[in-house]
Amino acid sequence: MSAVEYEPVIGLEIHVQLSTRTKMFCGCALSFGEPPNTRTCPVCLGLPGTLPVANAEAIHYGLMIGMALGCDLAPRSIFHRKNYFYPDLPKGYQISQYDEPLCRGGRLGDVRIHRVHLEEDAAKLVHVGASGRLHASDASIVDFNRGGTPLAEIVTEPDVRSAEQASEWLKLLRTTLRQLGVSDVNMEEGSLRCDANISVRPVGTKELGTKTELKNMNSFRFIERGIKAEVERQIGILRDGGQVVQETLHYDPTTGAITSLRSKEEAHDYRYFPEPDLTPVSITQAMLDRAREALPELPAAREARFKDELGLNGESARLLAWRAELGDYFESALSSNGVEAQPLANWVTNELVQRLGGDADPAESKVEPSALAKLVALVGERKVTQGAAKQVLDKLVAEGGDPQAIVEAEGLGAVGGADELAPVVAAALEANPDIAERLRGGDMKPIGVIVGHVMRETKGRADGGEVTRLVREQLGL
Amino acid sequence: MIDREQVLHVARLARLELSEDEVSRMSSELSKVLDHIEKISALDLDGVPATTHVVEVENALRPDEPRPSLPREVALASAPATQDDGFLVPSPQA
Repeated sequence: MSAVEYEPVIGLEIHVQLSTRTKMFCGCALSFGEPPNTRTCPVCLGLPGTLPVANAEAIHYGLMIGMALGCDLAPRSIFHRKNYFYPDLPKGYQISQYDEPLCRGGRLGDVRIHRVHLEEDAAKLVHVGASGRLHASDASIVDFNRGGTPLAEIVTEPDVRSAEQASEWLKLLRTTLRQLGVSDVNMEEGSLRCDANISVRPVGTKELGTKTELKNMNSFRFIERGIKAEVERQIGILRDGGQVVQETLHYDPTTGAITSLRSKEEAHDYRYFPEPDLTPVSITQAMLDRAREALPELPAAREARFKDELGLNGESARLLAWRAELGDYFESALSSNGVEAQPLANWVTNELVQRLGGDADPAESKVEPSALAKLVALVGERKVTQGAAKQVLDKLVAEGGDPQAIVEAEGLGAVGGADELAPVVAAALEANPDIAERLRGGDMKPIGVIVGHVMRETKGRADGGEVTRLVREQLGL
Repeated sequence: MIDREQVLHVARLARLELSEDEVSRMSSELSKVLDHIEKISALDLDGVPATTHVVEVENALRPDEPRPSLPREVALASAPATQDDGFLVPSPQA
């Protein structure tokens, strides 16, 4: 029997903490690491007789997200109670939206959006070990500071086909949300959380396989690894003739293990019903106008502008647009003098990013945007070679300063015309007689050895093209 | 008709412990409630949206302005047990 090829079918559910000043249904200020249980009130503690009132700004942010994702905005939406018992939920239900959400449909990049709705976050539980009164690990401590924080839940259609695509797309979503200014979108701190619904099916078939839900992955790396591991697990089960069981799973990034979370079936019987304590939300023209005016340039539009107006190649345009902090830095550098866009983009996305590492924001580095622009301009004018410019950038990253001054102080200016270079090239040929012989014989492959020699001698300040020209001249080629 | 299993399921979801007598009483009482609701199904209600709210008020919203939270000792005052400035509860994982 020939092996069946399987393809993953992945849908994502993203919870975004909205960066309003107050909670979703009460006036408590949002908490950023305050001491436990200092941001609570009778409403978010779920005390009897209290009434929630929806935060107008959270609805405004919800509309902005809906517009940015091209959703249909519901003229009227309502809140529902999602009933289940868990100590992080003081009322015994979460106020969420069910069959009349704020936004439906839409698209971001290559992934369609199913819906966006608003809800409240749960409290934080800390599981404790042995205490004076209780046996090991059978108690938890609840901190209600986070309870009631406004959340937007964004649900995609099952359009994602790989772990890499999932993480790429999430980065686009994160940038979009950050540009909107509706959330801190910090995965490590939990303001952006992602669950993935994963199934696999034989390539070429349309029917969806049984899905599992992988919960709360808190970094792009873990999302990628977790989805990969779960896809492999499901394919393994099917290859062995087994069946995937629909369940909620937890991925442990340290061990790579996937474990079942809630085994009790009834945990999923939420008995939604309309929240009688909250009025329906009817979107007014004024609300729509305000949300539309608040929309900034979004990554997709910025990518197009970088390509169409600045002539950047697709890869640079996408990277600079999708990582808004790089795009901002690039635009700031571009405005500072007559530097060319594409070389500048290359220096930002390659050399600078490489030196600053990972997700660092170059605006927080010692390299002023104008300094990088000046350096790239010097390279463009052939006053500094690529190699020497990289040394200047090392210095700028470490200490900041002016590239021209560094070039002068360190003697990194390009070694000028033939007069200066010719003796160095001659010495290099003399030092490598066998190479010189091969070059004379018409085999140009080892010319790199001579160029490398000259570069070492000049500390990278020689122009590679000029060196090659001089080699040919001196060997009479 | 609501059978015994359904009563026990709903009771479990609501964290209610019912005696045998209560289970059979609930079974018949809940069935009667459903019978009553069944009568509505007899009406022609095509095109009539479900009533989700009984008062016709919309957009009762709150400006995003912080109000003072409770002092922690007040928030924790009614907790049956506390530890490390938090509400101490049985572990949901246990």
